[in-house]
Amino acid sequence: MKSYLTLDEIQSDLADGSISCIELVTHYLKCIREQQALHAFVEVFEEEALQKARETDQKLKQGSAGKLAGLVLGIKDVLCYEGHTVTASSRILQGFESLFTATAVQRLLAEDAIVIGRQSCDEFAMGSSNENSWYGPVRNPHHLNKVPGGSSGGSAAAVSAGLCHAALGSDTGGSVRQPASFCGIVGLKPTYGRVSRWGLIAYASSFDQVGPLARSVEDVARITQVMAGADGHDNTASPHPVDDYPSLLASATGQRYRIGYLREALESEGLDPEIRRFTQQYLQQLAAAGHEVKPVSFPLLEYVVPCYYVLTTAEASSNLSRFDGVRYGYRAPNVNDLETLYVKSRSLGFGEEVKKRIMLGTFVLSAGYYDAYYTQAMKVRRLIQQQTLELFKRCDFLLTPTTPTPAFDLGEKTSDPVAMFLADIFTVHANLAGIPAISLPLGSHSSQLPFGIQLMAPHFEEARLLAFSKQLMDVCLSK
Amino acid sequence: MQITDELLNKVAALCKLEFPGETREQLRRDFQRMLDFVDLLQEVDTEGVAPLVHMTESVNCTREDQPSGTLSREAALKNAPQKDERYFRVPKVIRQ
Repeated sequence: MKSYLTLDEIQSDLADGSISCIELVTHYLKCIREQQALHAFVEVFEEEALQKARETDQKLKQGSAGKLAGLVLGIKDVLCYEGHTVTASSRILQGFESLFTATAVQRLLAEDAIVIGRQSCDEFAMGSSNENSWYGPVRNPHHLNKVPGGSSGGSAAAVSAGLCHAALGSDTGGSVRQPASFCGIVGLKPTYGRVSRWGLIAYASSFDQVGPLARSVEDVARITQVMAGADGHDNTASPHPVDDYPSLLASATGQRYRIGYLREALESEGLDPEIRRFTQQYLQQLAAAGHEVKPVSFPLLEYVVPCYYVLTTAEASSNLSRFDGVRYGYRAPNVNDLETLYVKSRSLGFGEEVKKRIMLGTFVLSAGYYDAYYTQAMKVRRLIQQQTLELFKRCDFLLTPTTPTPAFDLGEKTSDPVAMFLADIFTVHANLAGIPAISLPLGSHSSQLPFGIQLMAPHFEEARLLAFSKQLMDVCLSK
Repeated sequence: MQITDELLNKVAALCKLEFPGETREQLRRDFQRMLDFVDLLQEVDTEGVAPLVHMTESVNCTREDQPSGTLSREAALKNAPQKDERYFRVPKVIRQ
């Protein structure tokens, strides 16, 4: 089967009969079997995906197929899909079967997307390397001894390796964009509230957002357009009107934008010299193409990761208190009293990273420390958001590398929690401010690994962000 | 600040976790490292800044009040580790 960059290409081949959904699904199932060493999928819905493919082929014949017909999709193991297991890649949810379907997934299914399986991630989406999964680490398809990034590592690896056409992940501090960067694909974190979180297993509720991973900006635009919008099940899902992102993709043509790059990011100590050089050259190219490129100052950059960790661990400690071994999930055996049942079930059910974050979150919320840590972090968050919005008065987009380094070795950062945190330094900014951000696979490192460039835009400016991204990708692909 | 055993015990009790012998030293070290790292935030001058609590501008997001069912008892019990026909089962709570 030929390699498809966009769903448009697939649909055009479906229309002239040169391929069928059943052939597409059969192809991906074969690729998944051949690439089991990646550990990208934790479960493949083989029979069911084939059945849906047959139904969709029938609908195509009758002219009644939805607008995503032919899209073969993987979903991160944090999204509920009725009648299917979902575990957040944790022991504590082994065997848990979803009682309903996440709104984001439901809207894609309604347009005839086919879900081929669920994909490994860091446990409860906590991690930057996919090494915290109960199912074991996922490998980077570009180099098997490297991590795929995290926490949506299985999703990024699967799309990059051609095991499915696109995937749905979730992004709390970079969990869609950072693995997209490490695996050489496109990943979008929409504006906070753009996509409903109903049916997404919660990590940090004032940060979490569902986002797509794909090989093209066009597909990211099409998937986001279908998922986005208000939802009666989630009142944090915004009623702000959803633009028709796919039809607006050409709107950046001929536009000259004001692009600010964060000086502190490019000067940051941990930034790989090759990524720095590439980003500088890239900015020069954008200027040469007529855009107004300027350095902007964001002095709070060094505080974004600490601020993120105080707030997300606090929210996680609260969200994860529901896992108690009583109503669902893992229950420790041979326990004779209720208190011990809670403690043993949680201590044996959660992995080490999750327990550490629950501990830190509980600490920063505890009496005597609440104001010094939690309240202070919420104040710093306000400053981060204010300074970011100030920058958008002078810039249409903010640009940084997505990650300070390309994919690192498996095991390289597992012994130092803070080193792992800093892999997210450029991505957490968008989640703290609630703005949309995208990672585009524009860079290639001498180590043969890809890396991404990140663009951030003001709240609900997905249409402009995607249109400009498409333009940048077209220039890159034409070279 | 210094992470003591006493503090670790207190926090672990609050969040219903336990850390047996061999994992404890590792936890203490990592916790100390994480706390030193987030302590950086104390440097930021936030005098007069209001905490950012809500991430959306929306106020009073309501929907029509339409009565509808939630989970059936059978569905709610489906994933229970231990149950009978009507209830979740847990070890005895009241001591004799």
